[in-house]
Order: sequence, then structure tokens, then C-alpha cells
Amino acid sequence: MIKHQVYISPNEVKVNGKSLTINGCGSTILTELYRSQVGDYPKFFKMDTLSKVGFIASELLLNAEGYRGFEPREDRAVIFFNRNASLQADTHYQSTIQNPENYFPSPAAFVYTLPNIVTGEIAIRNKYFGETSFMVIDDFDEKIIMKNLENAFQDPITKSIIGGWVDCSDEEHFEARIFLMEKDN
Amino acid sequence: MIVKVSDNIISPLGTTSAENYAKVKAGLSALRRYDGLWGLPEPFFASLLDRNAYADDRQTIDEKIVIDSISKALEGTEIDTTWTRVLFIISTTKGNVFLLDERENGFPKERVRLGMMAREVTKHFSNPNEPIVVSNACISGVCAQIEAMRYLESGEYDYVIVCGVDVQSAFIVSGFQSFKALSQEACKPFDANRCGLNLGDAAATIIYTRKDEVSDNEWVACRGAIRNDANHISGPSRVGEGSYRALRVALGNLDPSELAFINAHGTATPYNDEMESIAIERAGLAGVPVNSLKGYYGHTMGAAGVLETIISMQAVDNHNILATRGFDTLGVTHHLDVTNQNRSTEKRAFIKLLSGFGGCNAALLMAKGGLR
Repeated sequence: MIKHQVYISPNEVKVNGKSLTINGCGSTILTELYRSQVGDYPKFFKMDTLSKVGFIASELLLNAEGYRGFEPREDRAVIFFNRNASLQADTHYQSTIQNPENYFPSPAAFVYTLPNIVTGEIAIRNKYFGETSFMVIDDFDEKIIMKNLENAFQDPITKSIIGGWVDCSDEEHFEARIFLMEKDN
Repeated sequence: MIVKVSDNIISPLGTTSAENYAKVKAGLSALRRYDGLWGLPEPFFASLLDRNAYADDRQTIDEKIVIDSISKALEGTEIDTTWTRVLFIISTTKGNVFLLDERENGFPKERVRLGMMAREVTKHFSNPNEPIVVSNACISGVCAQIEAMRYLESGEYDYVIVCGVDVQSAFIVSGFQSFKALSQEACKPFDANRCGLNLGDAAATIIYTRKDEVSDNEWVACRGAIRNDANHISGPSRVGEGSYRALRVALGNLDPSELAFINAHGTATPYNDEMESIAIERAGLAGVPVNSLKGYYGHTMGAAGVLETIISMQAVDNHNILATRGFDTLGVTHHLDVTNQNRSTEKRAFIKLLSGFGGCNAALLMAKGGLR
């Protein structure tokens, strides 16, 4: 059963269907949302755009849930889908190795060339020892995503999931449609 | 029960599972040093496929070896891939990432998207379903099998074809080099002198179905779990938190004495192997033999979880606990039963363990004939 929902695009942010008033648009809204809704997690500034989008969306979702105790738990999973995997981070990393005269690969850039890093960032922030997973399908498909998340409750410990769609093709183009889902009964 | 129908491995060691197993059992590896390959400034040790053998103007090497591997796995089965009740799950970390290189112009750039790469595969097999790509770092191959088990358990599909693949490129090798994670020689899992991992190319396929009854000779995927360390995005937990929790769920109520071995991730980086020794001990499995296959194949990334599950099934079929190639002297702080010799076993179950960037860990319990 879906408990809370968050939508983020470069032009609009909605929590449980209600629009938030945000200054600016494009990539600046992520920083804006961080300052107005989070504020106490400077690791945010090191993240790639995909992780920023997923992290901010999860913060809005968990603020909507209410209590933020940050106690370790294993019964909550983080499972995302998207279209572009880690394309923004991949393109950035490729630019650091493209030219032999200007070759400067770095671990900080390379680590984000995996789309599942965003699920790890959310697990670290909230001390979730549960399942984290990332899957790619070429078009947003609510039926595929919902079926997959329902299946994830076959895990004997998972009781709730932060799940949905978190996509980013470059710094200015991103979308999150995520929700908090609880196991029925 | 979720039952294996068939499998295949395409790697530098061979193009069938049996051929790969025979080479591994004989202690062979394709790991070698490469100097100046792809214009990389530093040399590296890797297990690579012959790129010319897979050159094609319609399909990339990743797509080609996935199609080859799945085709070979389908041989002798009654599966018609045009059925709507057949699902394809592809496991990969980087797919066609080499297409981002400005000098690459042989293929449409959109094929860098993992979903497009997977559609090339389902198009080849005329499968009507949207393929699912699992891209969960180095644990993808076990995650993809867990996804397959869930789709079959829910009754939505009759067959799930899981194929793991990664092909090395300047992108991947330079990234691991920047992490100082690569060894300049053949890797030494769990060894006191281990100094990093080797990378490898492979595609590996397992086809699963659901059955109410299984025979003694059929392989059953019993249960699996994915757990996070909630600690660091690029380093494993110092207390093996995620691997320990994944192992605990995969083991369930099975007596550890039923396990032939744990096929560990065993990448031969100082931190990974140490973490696994902690997790295995915490899970009460210190008495179970442990091995790593990285000394034969290197780290095949998205293929690893599938490939290593297949080789481990072959080993149990042949009553063998495979040697850990490259291992000499135990170099982790918690005792593990690792050797560089093949050993015999009559046991019929094993656990495949993996961990990866993003703090993720996965474990899968496989049992021949199922759990009694």
C-alpha cells in the first residue's frame, strides 16, 4: 500500500500531490530544496546529480512520513528504476579520460558511474541495512515497477520500500517519482 | 521450487559451462598483463576475450556474447522465446559504456543506454516483454537471479532467462586504476600478499523455471537476500554488516554442515577479503570451506554472480571444492578454510556471496535436489 509520494522535475516539486513553492528551476532547485528541507547533511554537495535527485526525493518522502529517528533497521528496502542509469556521471567521467594530454581519472568521479550509488547514499543517511537495488528499463512503466516492488516483499524481512523512478540524463534534466510503500497486512 | 533449466558461460576459457569448468578444475586462467592497451598509460592484468572474434557491424561485443550465451543455454530446451511467459533479465554494470568514447562511431549512441542494449537482445529472440536490466554494481549477477526467483514465484512468468555480462574498456580499467584497486600481477584472493583485483570479460546465462517436484539431480535456487552496509559508498563495512545479514537470510534454518562451500566474492583487494572473513565468521560459517574464482577469471562484474554460480554448481556436480587460484597463505584476521588445492565433497549445497560499491551485498543459497 502506498503511503506517501514525491515528484521532482526541474520545474515542479510535489509531496503527496501538493506542489511546493520553490525558487528557481533546473539544477538550482536541488540545492534550494536541500537548504530549505534538509540542511544538515553536507555530503549532499559531493553527490552526482542522480544521487542528489534521489536523496532529496527520499528526504521529502521521509519528512512526510514524520518521525525521523535514524535508528538502524533492516526491514526497509530502497529499490529504484530509471532509463539513463548513471549517464550524467558516466559522461563526466569519460571527459576526464578522453584526452591523453588531459587525463585525470579520479575515484570521486568514478564511484558515481554506478546507478545504485544513490540507493547506498539513502541507506547510509538513514541507517538502512535492508535491500538496496537498482534496475533499468528503457521507458517509465508503472506496471513493471509496481509488480517488481510487490515481488520485493517476498524477502522475509522487508516490510516497507522506498521505491520508484529516479532518472537523470544531465545536470538540468532529471525526474523523481518515488513513494513509500508498506507491505499489506 | 525455482529450478535451473540450463546454463552457459562465454569467457576467455571457453564457450560452454562444461568447457569452462574443465579449465578451472585444471587450474587454468586467461589472466595476463596488458601494456599500453586502449592507450591506457598504466599496464594492467586482465582476462580478456579476443575482440576480433566478436567484431560485428550490427551488435556490440556485449550484445553479441549475451546473444551467443543465451542461444547456447537455450539449445536442447523446449523454450520458445517468443512466448509472453518468458522474461529476460540482463545483469550488467556498464554495458556498452565504451560508446561514450568520442572515437567510437560504429554504433548508435543510444545503445549506451542499458535498456536499449537489452532490447537488442530481446529483439534478436523475438521476445515480446520489456527486458529488465539489473545494474546493482558488482552484486548484479546474484540480484538478477533473486529477481528471477521472485518473478517465477509470483507466477507471472514460466521461464526467466538471466544473463550477466560485462566487457572491459578504458573507462572501467582507468576507474579501478584511479582507486588503486588493481593488482599488477595475477590476483591472490584471501592471501597475506594480496594487493588488488584483476578485471575480466564474460557473459553467463542461467535459465530458471518453477516446479512443484524436483529430482535429486536438479539444481534449486532456494533463497537469496540483498543487504546494505549503510556505511560507505566505496568501501566495505568494517564489521561485514551487509554480507553478514545477507548470509543469515540465505542460510535460514539450514545447518551449516550441509554446505559444501561458500563461493565468496574474494576479489583480492585488502578490504573486501577482510570484510568477508568477518561476515562469514559472524554468520557462524567459519567452519565451511571458502573459495574464490577471481584467480581464474578476474572480476567479471555484472557477469560474476551468474558465472560463479554456474561454476560452483558444476563443482558440486563433480563432488569438488575448487581451489582458490593465487592463494598461498591466509591473510585475513578471521580464520577461513581456504586452500589452493581442489578438495572432494559429497555435500550438495553452497552459498554464493558478493559485495559491491554502494555498500551492497548479496547471498544466494543453491541446493542440488532442493532442501530436504
